[in-house]
Amino acid sequence: MLSKIVRTVANQLMLFILIFGLYVIAHGHLTPGGGFQGGAVVVSGVVMLLVAFNAGELKKSLRERFLSIMESTGGLVFVVLAFAGLGTVFFYNFLVGSPIFGDIPIPGPNPGNLWTGGFIPLMNFAVGLKVVAGLSAVVLALALFTSGEEMEE
Amino acid sequence: MRKVIGLVLLIVVVAFVVYGVVALIHPFGYPSQSDMDDYIIDNAQNQTGSNNVVASVVFDYRGLDTLGEATILFTAVTGVLLLLRTLKHEEDRS
Repeated sequence: MLSKIVRTVANQLMLFILIFGLYVIAHGHLTPGGGFQGGAVVVSGVVMLLVAFNAGELKKSLRERFLSIMESTGGLVFVVLAFAGLGTVFFYNFLVGSPIFGDIPIPGPNPGNLWTGGFIPLMNFAVGLKVVAGLSAVVLALALFTSGEEMEE
Repeated sequence: MRKVIGLVLLIVVVAFVVYGVVALIHPFGYPSQSDMDDYIIDNAQNQTGSNNVVASVVFDYRGLDTLGEATILFTAVTGVLLLLRTLKHEEDRS
């Protein structure tokens, strides 16, 4: 565990890293980025907490059961959304034109509307959830392995 | 003797690869087959409603590849967690 200054700054910075990661995930269909990239940003914040605190401290708040449920939920939502368009074809974007994320942007350059994209924003959220949970679990397991402890249920 | 033969083979292979990269590649910005690119660039905004054409390709047109990518991530996480947690149980049992 590092000094109190480092721990306090890490605590304050984590909020901004979470906001930036969520922004990258939520704007995946408008700007560069998406689920994988935003998830990696959030996990970089988790790694920062892992450096500032030790692994044994962090595993009290990040349980393995919780991360496992998060990852499974992300994968399930992804696959269910893919199968939901099976009436036309696998991975058919059935939400374009519907009330949910259904607006169609003006062709060509436009300022961007968050309520567009069909199921692409939902897919981004599912993949982001999956990446955050999976990579945090891997990083935490590796850190706990080197410190001789084990993940808690 | 074997080192000389190996060196000659290495030079031949590297020369072949460099020749392939430099001489046989098409000029930048002029792919030989661009029908698919043009179709996606023209229709992605209308068909998927997404401004980011890359996102529409990754999650819609080529969604099956992303499903495979997610499966790879899932398998990797499962493997790491399985590998790193068996150690202690084995010690407890003995």
